[in-house]
Amino acid sequence: MFRVIRDLYVNDRRFTFGFTVLVFFVIISFVSLLSPYDMRAWNAVPRYLPPSAKHPLGTNSIGQDIMWQAMVATKNSLLLGAIAAAISRVIAIVVGLLSGYKGGIFDRIVMVMTDSFIILPMFPILILIATILRSSLNMVVLGVVIGLFGWAWDARLFRSQILSLKEREFTRTAVFSGLSTFKIVLTEHLPYVFPLVMATTINNVIWVIGMEVTLSMLGLSNLNTPTIGTMIYWALQYQAIFLEMWNWILTPVTICVVLILGLYMLSTSISEYLDPRTRLQMIRKG
Amino acid sequence: MLKKYYIPRLIQYFTVLFIGLTLVFVIPRLLPSNPVEHQLSRMMSQGQYLDPSAIEAMRETLEQLYGLKGGTFEQYIDYFKRLFTGDLGPSFTQFPTPVMTLIRQSLPWTVGLLFASLSISWIVGTVLGGIRVSFPRSRLARLIELLIMGVRPIPYYIVSLVLLILFAFLWPVFPMSGGYSMGVKVGFNARFILDLLRHAFLPILSMVIIEIGGWFLQMRNVASNIVEEDYVVYAEASGLPKAKIVFMYIMRNAIIPQITGFALNIGFIFGGALITEIVFAYPGMGYLLYSAILSGDYNLIMGINVFSIVGVSTAMLIVDLIYPLLDPRVRYQ
Repeated sequence: MFRVIRDLYVNDRRFTFGFTVLVFFVIISFVSLLSPYDMRAWNAVPRYLPPSAKHPLGTNSIGQDIMWQAMVATKNSLLLGAIAAAISRVIAIVVGLLSGYKGGIFDRIVMVMTDSFIILPMFPILILIATILRSSLNMVVLGVVIGLFGWAWDARLFRSQILSLKEREFTRTAVFSGLSTFKIVLTEHLPYVFPLVMATTINNVIWVIGMEVTLSMLGLSNLNTPTIGTMIYWALQYQAIFLEMWNWILTPVTICVVLILGLYMLSTSISEYLDPRTRLQMIRKG
Repeated sequence: MLKKYYIPRLIQYFTVLFIGLTLVFVIPRLLPSNPVEHQLSRMMSQGQYLDPSAIEAMRETLEQLYGLKGGTFEQYIDYFKRLFTGDLGPSFTQFPTPVMTLIRQSLPWTVGLLFASLSISWIVGTVLGGIRVSFPRSRLARLIELLIMGVRPIPYYIVSLVLLILFAFLWPVFPMSGGYSMGVKVGFNARFILDLLRHAFLPILSMVIIEIGGWFLQMRNVASNIVEEDYVVYAEASGLPKAKIVFMYIMRNAIIPQITGFALNIGFIFGGALITEIVFAYPGMGYLLYSAILSGDYNLIMGINVFSIVGVSTAMLIVDLIYPLLDPRVRYQ
C-alpha cells in the first residue's frame, strides 16, 4: 500500500498534484481547530479590512477573518464529504455485491431500481428534502440525505466486478465449504473490490462537495456553519462582487476549484492504475 | 427485437416513473416537519392575527389542496389520479394560478437552453474526442484534452459564477441576468432575436464547457479501441486521406455509444440547467424553482419535481426508442 502510493507519487504527475492538494487541505483542516475566533460570531474582528499581516486574507462585511473562516469551511466541507461518501459507499457495496452475487430475479429487480436512481434528476429531489428539513438541517443530516442519493452508479460498478469474481475457482471452494452468502461476499469478494471502492469514494466526495455548494447557494443548508458553500452564499448576499471584495468571494471559489481538481486527478490516476490495460501501456512506455 | 429491446425499455420507463413519483409522495410524509403547519406558521409569523376557528378552516383547506386528507393509501391513489389528469394543484404564493401554468410558461426557456447546450457540446466534444485519438502525438490535442478534462469535474454553479464575474461584471460584454432586455419588443424580428442570443450566451457557454468533457471522454475511450481495428489499419495502409479515415472510419463507428451515454446523463444535465438558470436569473424552470424556494411555495416545488421526473424519464425513453434506428447492429440482432 505504502509502496504503491510512493511509486504513483513519483511517476504520475496527476497523482503528485492530487495527493499534495489533499494532504494540504487535510493539514489545513486540522490547523483550523486552533482558530482564534468563534466562527459563528459576527463582528469578531473589524470589518472590510484589506489583507494584512494580522489578517492574511482580510476581513469581510460581517466582521469575520476570511482566512480562518476559509480554513474552518474547508474542514467542514471535507467532513460532510466524508459522511455522505461513507453512507453511500455502504449502500453501494451491499447492493452491488449482493445483487451481483445472487443474480437471477433478485438481481433484475434491484438493478431496475438502481437504474432508476441513476436516471432520476436528483437535484430537484434534494431541494424538496432540504426545503422541508430546512430548520433542522445540520451537517450530519445533510450528509445522510446526500449520501442516500449518491450510491446508484457505484453499485452498478461494484456489481459488474462481482459478476466476474463469482465465476472464479475460490468462490466455488468457499461455497462447497459451506460459507454463507453474506460471508462469501464480505470476506472473499470485498477485498478484490476494495481498490475500486477507494477510487469511487473520491469521485463521490467531489459530487458531495459540489452538491453542498449548490444547496448552500440556494440558502438550503445551515447557513451558520461555515462551509465552502455557505461562504459563497454570504459573500453573494453581501454583494461582494459589486463591492469588488475579491478576497471574500474568490477565496472559497478558489478552494473549491483546487480541491475538486486535486481530488479528480487523484481518482483518475488511481483508476488508471487499477485498470490493467492502462498499466500495461505505462510499462510499455517505460 | 420487440421482446428483447422494447419491452425491457418500457418496463424500465414505468419503474423510473413509479419510483420517482413515489419518492416525491413519500419524502414529505416521512420527514418530521409538516408542510401545512409550516405554511400556517409562516402566515402567522407575518403578523396576521387569525382566530383559532379560522386557523382550523385554513388547515382543512390546505390539507385538501395538498392532498393530505384521509389515510396514506387513499392519498397515494388520489395523488396518482391527479397526476394522470395533469393537475399539480395551485401555487401557494401566486394563489389560484395552477402550478402547471407556471411550469408551462418557463418550460420553453429551459428546453431551449438544454437543446442548444446539448447539441453544441455533443458536436464539439465528439469531434474533439475523435481528433484527439486520431492524432495521439499532437501537442495541441493534448493541451485541449487537459483543458477539457480540467473543467469537467467542477460544479455547474462554480463555472457559471466565474463566467458571470468575468464576462458580465469585470468585462461587461454580456448581460448579468434575464432572458431578454426590458423594452425590447417580443416578436420575430432581428433585434429581439439578437437580444435573446446575447442573454442566452453565457448560460449556454457555461453548460457547454462542463458537458463537453463527458462526450470527449467517452468518444476518446470508444475511438481508441476502434483505431486499432483492422479496417482502420487497412484504410491507412491503402493511403486514404487522413480526414476521410478520421471522419468516415473512426468517428462514424464511435458515434453510436455516444447516444446511449446521453440517455444515462440526462437527469444530471437537467439538474445542471436548473442551477445555471438560477445563477443567471434566466426565466426557466430553475428560476421558477428558486423563487419557489425563496417564498416557501411547497406545492410549486412538488410540481416541479413531478414534472422533472416525468420529463427526464420520457426523454430517456425517446432516446432509447430511437436508438435501434441509428444502430444497425441492434436492429438486426
